[in-house]
Parts: sequence; C-alpha cells; structure tokens
Amino acid sequence: MRIEKLVTALMIVLVLLLAGCKSDEASSDSDEVTITYWQYTFPAKVEEIARLIEKFEEENPGIKVEAQDFPYDQYNDKITAAMHANKAPDILNIYYGWIPNFVKLDYIQPIPEDFMSTEEIEDYYLPMIQTSKFDDKYYTLPTAVRSLALFWNKELFEEAGLDPEQPPVTWDELVDNGIKTTIRDGDRYEQAGFAWNISAQGQHVIPQVLLRQYGIEPYSEDQLTVQWNEKPQGVDAFKFWIDMTTDHKIGDADFMDTPVTSFSSGRTAMVIDGSFNISAYKENADFDWGVTTLPVLEEGGLESNFGSYWTNAITKDVSGEKLEAVQKFLEFLISEETQRDWLENVGELPAAASLAEDEDIKSDPIYAVFLEGLEVAHATPFVHEEKERDIVINAVEKVTLHNTDVEEAFNQMVEELQEVRDEFYDD
Amino acid sequence: MGQKNKAGFFSRIPMKLKTRQAIIAYLFLFIPILFFVGIRISPTLYAFSMSFTVRGEIGYTIENYVKLVSDEEFIRSIVNTLLYFIITVPIQLAIGLIIALAIERVNHFKWFYRIMFFLPYMTSIVAVSWVWRLMYDPHNGVLNQVLKFLHLPQQDWLSDPKQALLSVSAMLIWQMIGFSMLIFLAGLKGIPQQFYDAAKIDGASKWKMFWKITFPLLNPTIVFLTVIGAIQTLQIFTQIANLTGGSSGSLGGPLNSTSSIAVYMYKTGFREYNLEYASAITVVLFVLILIVTLIQLKVLNRSYEL
Repeated sequence: MRIEKLVTALMIVLVLLLAGCKSDEASSDSDEVTITYWQYTFPAKVEEIARLIEKFEEENPGIKVEAQDFPYDQYNDKITAAMHANKAPDILNIYYGWIPNFVKLDYIQPIPEDFMSTEEIEDYYLPMIQTSKFDDKYYTLPTAVRSLALFWNKELFEEAGLDPEQPPVTWDELVDNGIKTTIRDGDRYEQAGFAWNISAQGQHVIPQVLLRQYGIEPYSEDQLTVQWNEKPQGVDAFKFWIDMTTDHKIGDADFMDTPVTSFSSGRTAMVIDGSFNISAYKENADFDWGVTTLPVLEEGGLESNFGSYWTNAITKDVSGEKLEAVQKFLEFLISEETQRDWLENVGELPAAASLAEDEDIKSDPIYAVFLEGLEVAHATPFVHEEKERDIVINAVEKVTLHNTDVEEAFNQMVEELQEVRDEFYDD
Repeated sequence: MGQKNKAGFFSRIPMKLKTRQAIIAYLFLFIPILFFVGIRISPTLYAFSMSFTVRGEIGYTIENYVKLVSDEEFIRSIVNTLLYFIITVPIQLAIGLIIALAIERVNHFKWFYRIMFFLPYMTSIVAVSWVWRLMYDPHNGVLNQVLKFLHLPQQDWLSDPKQALLSVSAMLIWQMIGFSMLIFLAGLKGIPQQFYDAAKIDGASKWKMFWKITFPLLNPTIVFLTVIGAIQTLQIFTQIANLTGGSSGSLGGPLNSTSSIAVYMYKTGFREYNLEYASAITVVLFVLILIVTLIQLKVLNRSYEL
C-alpha cells in the first residue's frame, strides 16, 4: 500500500513539474522583455556590466537584462553547446578574432542597417575596427579597445646600473637592457630581463609590430593572403624575436608561468602587455614601474602596435521586440558615457574616434601611452584565431625546442596560416 | 489495514501480487532509464550520426574518417595515448604490487600506510596537476632545485617535447599507484593461507612461493587492473589539460607531444568548433574502448585454477 502511495505521489510531483514548466513559459509573455548577455569571467568586466545593467534598467523600465559569465577556458564550450541546443543568449561578448568563424557557423547576425549603418559605424569608431568588417558588413559593436605598451621595473633597472627613468626606445636597446637585467645560473633564469613569450603577446608583436617595422604588410588588403614572407626581411623579423630567447637569452617562455606573474613578482624587468592588464599590474606589482610605447627599429622609425577588442554580437535568432530591446542595450553599451565609465573601471580604452583626443583621458600618464599606441594600432584579420595561434606557437617552439632552421619554420608557418585562410574562404 | 482505508489504485485492478510488484518495480526503474537514455544513449547516437556529416553539406559522408586517417596530429595523439598506456600501466602495477606485499608484511599501523599511498588517488586531479606543474617549472621548480642541490643537470620537464610525455606519465603513475595497491591488497586477502602452509611444509623458498602461488592467483587482479588502466589511459584528459593548457601554455603541447585522443577531440570540438570532426574522433575512441572492454569480458570471465 505504501509503495503505491509513493508512486502516486511521485506521479503527482511529475505532473506538477511539467505543469510548472508550462506556466513558466506563459508568464514570460508579460510586457517586460528580458534579454541575456554573455561574457567570459573577467572580474572587472563582470562588475562593470552589473553596474551598467542597473543603470540601463532604471532608464528603460520595460527591459530586463540578465548577465551571465563563464570562465575563459569554458566560454567557447558554452557558446558551442548553447548554439547547438538553440539556447543561445541574445547578446554575446566575443573576441573580434572569432567573428569570421561565428558568422560562418551562423551563430551571429549582422548589425541591422536601420539601427547603425556601415557608414555610421565607420564614422563612430576608430579605424582599427574596420578589420572586422566581414562580407562588407559589421557583425559586432565594441565598447572598448586595447593596445600594447612596454612596462618596465624601475627598481630592477637601477639595480642593474641603468637609468630607471630611461626605458628602451629601440629594440636593440631593449635587448641591451634585457641582457643587463638578466641573472642566470647556467641555463636557468633567476631573474629575466624581458618576459619573452609566444603564447601571450609575442604572437601579436611579431606580425603587427616587428614585421611592419621591417617593411612588411602582414596581410593583403583583401585579407586573403598572408604576406609575412613577401620580402626576405620577414624571416629577419621572426628571427629577431626568437633570438631574444635563444641567443641573447634575456627571457624564457616558461619563466614563472605568465608574463603577469613574472613581472608582478619583481623577477622580470620588462614586459610587453595590453591595457587590459593595467589593473592587474596596479594591484600586484608593489614596486616602482613605468609604461612606455613599444620599441621601434631605430630612433624616429616606424611605430606600430597591435590593437584588439572584445565586442558585442547579436545572436542569429533574435528578432521582434527582443531585437528592439537588444538594440537599446547596445546603444547604451557603446555610448561615449559608457566608454568613459568602462575606461575608469575596466581599464580598456574607448573605441569611439571622438574620445581618442579627449584631454581628460590623455592627462593620465598610463592611459596616454596606450592611447598613443592606438593611433598606430592594427588588428589582425583572424579567420580562425585558435588555429592561427597554435600555428604560430608551434613554429616558434619548433625553433626553440627542436632546433629547426628558422627560415624553414617561418615559411612553413606562413604556408599553414595561408592554408587556414584558404580553407576558410573556400567553403 | 483498517476498512476505512481506501484501496490504492493498483490494488483495485485484479492481478497477481507478483505482477503488481513487477509493475511497481518497472515504474521505479522507468525514471532512471529515461534519464540514462536522455543523458547517455541519445547523445551518443547523435554524436555517431554527426560524425558522418560535414557542416554546410546535406546528407551523410565518410569525409571526416578519410581525413582522420591522414591527420598527423590525430595519429600523434593515438600514438601518445598508446605510449601513456605502455608506460604507466606496467609501472603502476609493479609498484602497486610491491607496496601491497610490503603492507601485508607490516603488523602495526597498516591503516596508516594504506591511507598514505591511497591519498593521491583521492585528491582532486586538478589540484594535483597544478602542484606538479609548479614542481616541474624549469626555472624555479622544486625538482630542478633538488637536482641543482645534488649537482645533477637540471631538466626542462614539461617544456621539452622529448620529456613532456614522460613527465605527464610520472604524475599519472604516482596518482594511480594507490588504486593498484588497494586492489592488490584485496587480491592478496583472497589467497587461502593453506597454500602457503603447504608450500612451507614442502620446503619452498619465499621467492618460489611468490612465483608459484601469489602471482598466479593474483592473475585476475592483474588483468582487472590492466583493463581499468587501459580504459583510464584511453580517456586521459584532465591531467594533460591542467599540466599543459591555460593561457600561458598550449593544450597538449609543446608541439603536440603530450596530446591524447581525448585532448585532440576537445581541441577540434571546442577550440576549432568542428563538432562533426570531433564526433568522428569520439567514435574512434569509442571503438577502442569497446575493444578493450570485449577483451576484458573474455579474459576476466575465464576461471583460474591451479
């Protein structure tokens, strides 16, 4: 008897559960529109978005925004799974390098022309973002952009007998200062002169800074061709980067895990890093440090920088009143006011062209350096960022770990990068 | 049961008590089965069918499998996975057995030794992997500091493509020893003492007793551990991901030297967004595990007699 009651009870619970699901759906039909926003977990951004949403909801009473964030390592998994399960969020904050692939996979839709036309977008933003025009359309709108700069540890400079207020201007000076600030015991580093790496910013410095300074336009204008080896100087630029670790031995990829940890712990004298890490250094590096623009080949030579950004996309199925709400939220997210707020709280630079000359921002000694970098910044036209990243890392590791000939590794890398591009545009 | 109690729904339908109990049992089983079909079986079948498709094309094709055959990185991952098996399983069995035999001999604090050796197996794989990653650091790691102290040449461990796989294997062995030890201890308990007594009367040496009694009677345990080890190494992922992945490394690196089938599957599916190709890799993995399991069923069900 008891068992029977239990079964009956269980069935009732099941029925209630099912009914519960149904009534849930019904209740969302009220006049309030709820939209969802996804980003990866970067604490400063998560807090900032929470604040912004509060402000937005106050201004737009009919719209509710739900923000969710996922650890970086899982972010792609979540997106892929959600897209396949038709459980996608309405707004997706993605790295600009993912756009081509996401368009191809039909994850995201173009920014509606009547909301913001291609011309309006190009007028509003810094020219850097034009790299992410795809099929003559823009698919995303960023709030902020980032550039790179050279951080140096003034105390380690002083200890090595260098002028702590005199950061390197040229690459040769960087190597020179690097040699002076490196302390090694045989092959092992006790202190590194430069946070040499390939998996962090090194992979971007090679094409967008060094190659350009060596006189090479890394990608053709139509973005179809990888031209890293169009001139013999290409391999020189590549070799220069690798020589820093193999010949000059001013740093090693494995030294203290990441550039942020190795520099912050005061064991590395110089690091090239992005504006997004300013707050990490401010928080963790408790010694005197400075920021300066990226080195050039020779004094007065060509300045170049790598620009990148996280940007907001509307997912494929958003339409009707949801699309209207999403557009309102996007408009709010990219407003100049939000961009200023974002700079203050997240440390990413405003993406609007009008703010590049803003005196307020320029008066900050740290931001000024990154703003200067933005003026000469180029974004890499990735088609498959993860794959391309792997190819560059593998090419460098072949030289540093397998003693492969530099030129051979370089040419093979260019070939592989071209293959990824061909494969992408072929289909 | 008082008369006032209304008869339940089931008892009102005339049927045998046994039938009624069976129906109730099935009702209870129904929910877990529903769950199992929804969570396990249908996704498996879905992945299977997906492996025969290519994005953007309609209909079924074996293109993914054709591509797999000539995919160097995939072949490398298979070879690596086999290497993980060949390196880790025999060593972890041997050490596990030695420790189990030693603990058998100990009379005091048996429980303490058992816990000590079993602890690594119970600790979170992620936490353990990160500790090992720090120990393997070529510049500041504990291991190199020890080598330096002993005036031995320091090693690159995980950052040398030649040593990386061995370094990962060392951690795997360390982690699995406790498990082998525990199963061996149980196996040793199952050997009747009379055999040893009889052997002693016959004047057999300790060495002879081990090879003629202990080892043959442990055979089912060894086969069991080998099969479990094979399945575990085929699926190895978490350790590699945490030892080599992250923003400062490259998953399965350097130069794919530590990549396993599962790692490669994850990379193609969730880093390169090619779920169809990743499904094909999963099917291959599935077939491999199936083969191991079939062998296990055949071998384990054989009865062992003296």
